[in-house]
Amino acid sequence: MKMTRTLIAAAVTTLLCTAAQADVTIGVSLSLTGPGSGLGIPMQNQFKLMPQTIAGEKVNVIILDDATDPGKGAANARRFVTEDKVDMIIGSSITAVAAAMVDIASESGTVQLAASPVGVPPGKDKWLFRLPQSNGVMGHAVVEDMKAKGVKTVGFLGYTDAYGELWLKEITPLLEKAGIKLVAVERFARTDTSVTPQALKLVSARPDAMLIVASGSGAAMPQMAVVDRGFKGKIYQTHAAATQDLMRVAGKSAEGTYVVSGPAVIAEQLPDKHPSKARAVDFVQKYEKAYGPNSRNQFAAHSYDAEIVLEKIIPMAKAKAKPGTPEFRAALRDAMETMGRTVFSHGVMNWTPTDHWGYTLETGVMLKVVDGKFKVE
Amino acid sequence: MDSSIASILLLDGVTNGAIYALLGVATVLVFTVTRIIFIPQGEFVAYGALTLAMLQAGKTPGTVWLLLILAVIGAAMELVERWRHTGQPGRAVKAALRTLVIPAVIALVVYWAAPQKFPLWVQAILSLALVTAFGPLVYRIAYQSLEGATPLVLLIVSVGVHFAMTGLGLLFFGAEGFRNPSFWDYQLSLGPVTLTGQTIFIMLASLALIVMLRLFFESSVRGKALLATAVNRTGARLMGISTHTSGQLTLMMAAFIGALSGLLIGPTTTVFYDSGFLIGLKGFVAAVVAGLSSYPGAMFGALFVGIVESFGSFWASAFKEVIVFTLILPILLIRSLRGGHSDEDH
Repeated sequence: MKMTRTLIAAAVTTLLCTAAQADVTIGVSLSLTGPGSGLGIPMQNQFKLMPQTIAGEKVNVIILDDATDPGKGAANARRFVTEDKVDMIIGSSITAVAAAMVDIASESGTVQLAASPVGVPPGKDKWLFRLPQSNGVMGHAVVEDMKAKGVKTVGFLGYTDAYGELWLKEITPLLEKAGIKLVAVERFARTDTSVTPQALKLVSARPDAMLIVASGSGAAMPQMAVVDRGFKGKIYQTHAAATQDLMRVAGKSAEGTYVVSGPAVIAEQLPDKHPSKARAVDFVQKYEKAYGPNSRNQFAAHSYDAEIVLEKIIPMAKAKAKPGTPEFRAALRDAMETMGRTVFSHGVMNWTPTDHWGYTLETGVMLKVVDGKFKVE
Repeated sequence: MDSSIASILLLDGVTNGAIYALLGVATVLVFTVTRIIFIPQGEFVAYGALTLAMLQAGKTPGTVWLLLILAVIGAAMELVERWRHTGQPGRAVKAALRTLVIPAVIALVVYWAAPQKFPLWVQAILSLALVTAFGPLVYRIAYQSLEGATPLVLLIVSVGVHFAMTGLGLLFFGAEGFRNPSFWDYQLSLGPVTLTGQTIFIMLASLALIVMLRLFFESSVRGKALLATAVNRTGARLMGISTHTSGQLTLMMAAFIGALSGLLIGPTTTVFYDSGFLIGLKGFVAAVVAGLSSYPGAMFGALFVGIVESFGSFWASAFKEVIVFTLILPILLIRSLRGGHSDEDH
């Protein structure tokens, strides 16, 4: 009898405590193992640096590994909404995994802040917001730069996969609006043995500039092929190629190439007038202090930006409801749509009810390869 | 299109075709002797090129550890099987050591040489030796106990070996690609066409290898033994030719040809851990053109595939692979109309 009473007392106390504290709980699902671990691990590192309290509220962060597996990601999301009763879900770092979590988050009325560019049919992203930039925002920076440099004709050489296709779809109307003509469109695959034929055709169309859409070291082969065929115009590369791998493989051929990039990783080099400079420098300094010089990484910067979001929306939502309730979750969502122009380390974010990608056109930065290093134009 | 563009495309096609020829020849070789459709042929290409890239960077390639592990597994299998078969532990241990020693020595030499920054050609030979040693071990572990199985079963095993090797490649070499330095920095301008040293090197190497294969089959005892196995397995066994040895020797040659192809294309393209599959598949198309039975046929088939690919990329780059792999349909149709079904299974 006494035992039972003690138990009941303990249970009541626990309940009371929970209600009194009303901590904000955030469920984070990241790919910490499997092929996507290169993206998830830096994000986790940054989350470890996050303060315990945000805007006077204690914030509990639950980080789960989804092993780069959509099934595991969905299970994590299910656990977050049923067992942990989180106020918000962050993740995943991989598009396919994040896509598997979308339905579960929206059914339960929980905001999902994806760290990957998840595309869903229109109307389905009511509860879904994204941290990475869309290709359209980057494409805008490319087209603006072309306009400024007097480019009139462009040749397109891109991957045959979704990345190449999305870029082509995004950039075609932008080029049209700018009065730039797309004179040739050629495709290749990352594992091709040769892109000489495509390069030949593009160079013989004599465009003022060439846009190469490829990623990492895969961007080097088309670059070299175009240069080898004697192309003297400007060459543009996309943000997926903004890594040292481009120069490691392409060497001298990469000299003078323009590469569009997000602002986070080039922090110190940003011009003072770029709105993200202060945030990016702050991120890089804190991250490299904890994890060593040159450990900076665009994915960790997404975690940093998630923290900025929380700082802004938690006070807004707290004014309307108590953490842990469905009203609070809805208030968080509304806060994200109405928080207005917010400076991230990755650019300037402005989510609206109609746009859950949200980066403004101030985001993209144009870099130039000079002596094997990226320099801000 | 004018003649200068056509000649550049032709050169590009012939250069790639020469690589496909090597792989096509290897595919024919493996199929005739062992009836394995050897899908992992392309993986040896990636392993060869990337092992050299790792040595160039002064790092120990992960393939060293893989070779050691496979050698131990192979030796253990050999030990158990021989013991059960003969009941003599002495002979079993000897056989196991034979499987173990050569790969282990090669792996240790490469391990020792990796940080020494030897000249390019020494590293090339080391990579070649390392990847070649994989051939017999892959046969020992994956195929040897299934020697009598139907080609379909062997094909399924090949698919498994292919996936395992690609995954291990990702583990050892990472997701990013590498480009190796050229073996011969030489440029010869012939009108619009520029012949680079590497292009000449690729063509000469392919030609030399095909000639050597011919000599090997015509004038060496081992070559004749392989040929005999290819013509009639049971007959060859009755004449005292071991099918185990033939299979291992064949896969050793296939691995050698694959690694050599990897070294040849390493300087002309960026090689990724998964690059080998498509290259190998094009070699396979070339082999199918030759009905999986003729070496000169595979060579001409490969040149044809290379040239079609090159012109296909020029005219419709988005459909390049479609064009190359659709080629196989009319060829299979013609072959099945012309030939009977006599060569279904020996």
